Amino acid sequence: MSTVTLAGASVEVDPEGFLAEPAQWSRDIGREIAAQNGIAELTDRHWLVIDYMRRTYLESGSAPTIRTLGKASGVPIKELYQLFPKGPAKLAAKIGGIPKPRGCI
Amino acid sequence: MATTFAESEAAEAPAETIQKVAIVVSKGSLEGVYPALIMANGARMEGIEANLFFTFFGLDAVRKDRIDHLKVATVGNPGMHMPTLLGALPGMSAMATWMMSRKMAKLDIPPVREFVEMIADSGAHLYGCKATVDMFGLEEKDFVPQVDSVLTVGEFYELAAGGQIIFT
Repeated sequence: MSTVTLAGASVEVDPEGFLAEPAQWSRDIGREIAAQNGIAELTDRHWLVIDYMRRTYLESGSAPTIRTLGKASGVPIKELYQLFPKGPAKLAAKIGGIPKPRGCI
Repeated sequence: MATTFAESEAAEAPAETIQKVAIVVSKGSLEGVYPALIMANGARMEGIEANLFFTFFGLDAVRKDRIDHLKVATVGNPGMHMPTLLGALPGMSAMATWMMSRKMAKLDIPPVREFVEMIADSGAHLYGCKATVDMFGLEEKDFVPQVDSVLTVGEFYELAAGGQIIFT
């Protein structure tokens, strides 16, 4: 773990840059992580996915599978990969301030 | 001095990551097809480019008439820990298939047809093997629409260039 400054706030991140404490997250932190990962601007469609990921994690303790994400977030799988080309589940989790998803699906 | 240079080189070199995979699917049993699909989907989830090449009975996984009817092999499959004669009983393969499908569903692993759609939607490309297609007398219309085209082995190697090849 290391401490970095994101959007003016001091937060704990793991070696891959995932927030250690979801409670330390803010939308501005999310925007800054997105920018660092090649997404210059987060659209409403991005936020739909990020909010769904974060909500599911906070409610259930684990991130949704890509299948569930495609079915329940309101954004189909094809579009998920257009929004987050480097991996939708992983990147949306990172931007949403939750731990890296551990599922294989 | 030389050591110091080597050390600084190692420190600066970026960690090597896989950028691209080509997955050869050669088996048509349920337990033969799923690992390939899981690896392909997993690759895309990591942002890794993925191409799938379906050959021999692996083609069943993208054949319209067979995609919904793949079965677990209960004979000749030591992993089942089932005596051969027992595995040969009528309905045994269907039961093993049902049990595996149920366990998969619990893990949110989709049935093969949906999984193939998911993988294609994720930006992976799917190809049939020409030698097999010719051998079985198949045509492009026999395949689910997610199959991009039928390729020769040489064409497959061309598009696999620069990546890792995984044979399943």
